[in-house]
Amino acid sequence: MKIAVAIKQVPLRDSPLRINAAGTWIDEDNLNFEINEPDAYALEEALQLREKHGGEVVVISVGPARVAQTIREALAKGADRGIHIDVATLDTLQVAHLLATALKAEAPDLILTGLQSDDLGYGQTGVVLAELMGLPSSTIIMQVEVQTGKVRVKRELEDGWFQHIEMPLPAVLTIQSGLNKLRYATLMGIKKAKTKEIKVVSASALPQASAVIEKLYAPEKNKQGQIFDGDPKAAAAKLVEKLRFEARVL
Amino acid sequence: MSVLAIVEQRMAGEVLAAAREFGAEVKAYSIDLPYTADAYSAAVEELIRKENPELVVFGHTYQTRDYAPKVAARFGRVLIGDVIAGKPPVFVRQMFQGKFNADVRIVGVGPHFVSIQAGAWRGEPSPVESFTPSSTTSRQVPEAPFREAARAVDLTAADIIVSVGRGIKEKENIPVVEALAQALGAELAASRPICDAGWLPMDRQVGSSGQTVSPKVYIAVGISGAIQHLVGMKGAKTVVAINKDPDAPIFEVAHYGIVGDLFEVVPALVEELKKAK
Repeated sequence: MKIAVAIKQVPLRDSPLRINAAGTWIDEDNLNFEINEPDAYALEEALQLREKHGGEVVVISVGPARVAQTIREALAKGADRGIHIDVATLDTLQVAHLLATALKAEAPDLILTGLQSDDLGYGQTGVVLAELMGLPSSTIIMQVEVQTGKVRVKRELEDGWFQHIEMPLPAVLTIQSGLNKLRYATLMGIKKAKTKEIKVVSASALPQASAVIEKLYAPEKNKQGQIFDGDPKAAAAKLVEKLRFEARVL
Repeated sequence: MSVLAIVEQRMAGEVLAAAREFGAEVKAYSIDLPYTADAYSAAVEELIRKENPELVVFGHTYQTRDYAPKVAARFGRVLIGDVIAGKPPVFVRQMFQGKFNADVRIVGVGPHFVSIQAGAWRGEPSPVESFTPSSTTSRQVPEAPFREAARAVDLTAADIIVSVGRGIKEKENIPVVEALAQALGAELAASRPICDAGWLPMDRQVGSSGQTVSPKVYIAVGISGAIQHLVGMKGAKTVVAINKDPDAPIFEVAHYGIVGDLFEVVPALVEELKKAK
């Protein structure tokens, strides 16, 4: 089976982030980037499904030139080839449109992506992609069982509830973090990745964005909290005193 | 502005309250169907074509996340999901896992689509009309919801909870927070990534996909405070945060906090608690 995995490149976890001069996005200079964490789980799931059922794993990503590095890392982990849509947009509709256009030509049996991104966090690229491709979808998936012509998934509901859902293939699934154990790229994998194909695609006509980020800013600080810093021992003593005599909870 | 509120049992009062704040003319419906993404997308699309609202409001539930973006896409729109404040035409939502807020402006004519974050608006549920679509087809075939084997740990009964997040770095470091839990007579809990990694069992997870707790004291150690975690613990009477990042969102809900390296702060706390006994 052919499995496509849509991945996104986001700033490295715990990077110090600053707002750009226009106040509309982060300042991307001097930042390092990595694969969006839930997308890493989607990739791992695709690799495991290929090990079980055979076939091919194609990773696809929308973003500027730097995104090629993240695609290469996915190839090093074992994906067979990559598609880089070299367009610097973050708009969900535009990204989904670009992915849909490229993936229609690929006609995969299954499309996986992470349930949300660590930057925008809209959590809808996979769902919109399915809609644009006319495919069934399901979200927040904890388990994927491929059967003949269909897939049975375990979907997470709130408060510790789950549900199994069956749907015909091809389908789009958004994958929850933690459903499998991520592999590392092996030295052999890294070496092989250098010879694997990354097809670079340029923009097709884009749909109009229906919402724009007008301003990005640090949330107002909560003034009520008492925050201690400096010497850990002194701070710990202060905290215990407060919990005991002010909050009276110890 | 004409507003259509799509009401499910979860967050019903909140969605109605937000809808009334967003526009003077509010129609509210529940969808009278067993849930599947296809069935609900078609039903809500039909309802929108019937009512012609300028704005459609949902609660940001797992169900909404599963289908509402599809409906929005049918109208060439994006769902402005998980909003915490604002009103048309500008809504506020968190980005970068709560590190920043963004003012997001809707562009062009309606219908536009927003879903509101749990707890961001307050209101009492009231009866709404139920909508039955003209036809239903679904490619998704759902089975009955289920729970995994009964939880071995009931965190909801604990008076004091020590909860650990990514800041702990490695499984081998878990005893550092275990010592604190022990010194306090507290239950040990964790944020999702810790349970995903198998460092603590799933039934110790606090957050939207885990348990919702409201202890007297909740001590968050090395937890940045993504919204999925905050919804599980913001009912705690006293929240204490220990984190090396002074900008971590967890400090926004903390009554007391220590900015510092947990590997220095937590042992110092244990020491201090022993001394005070």
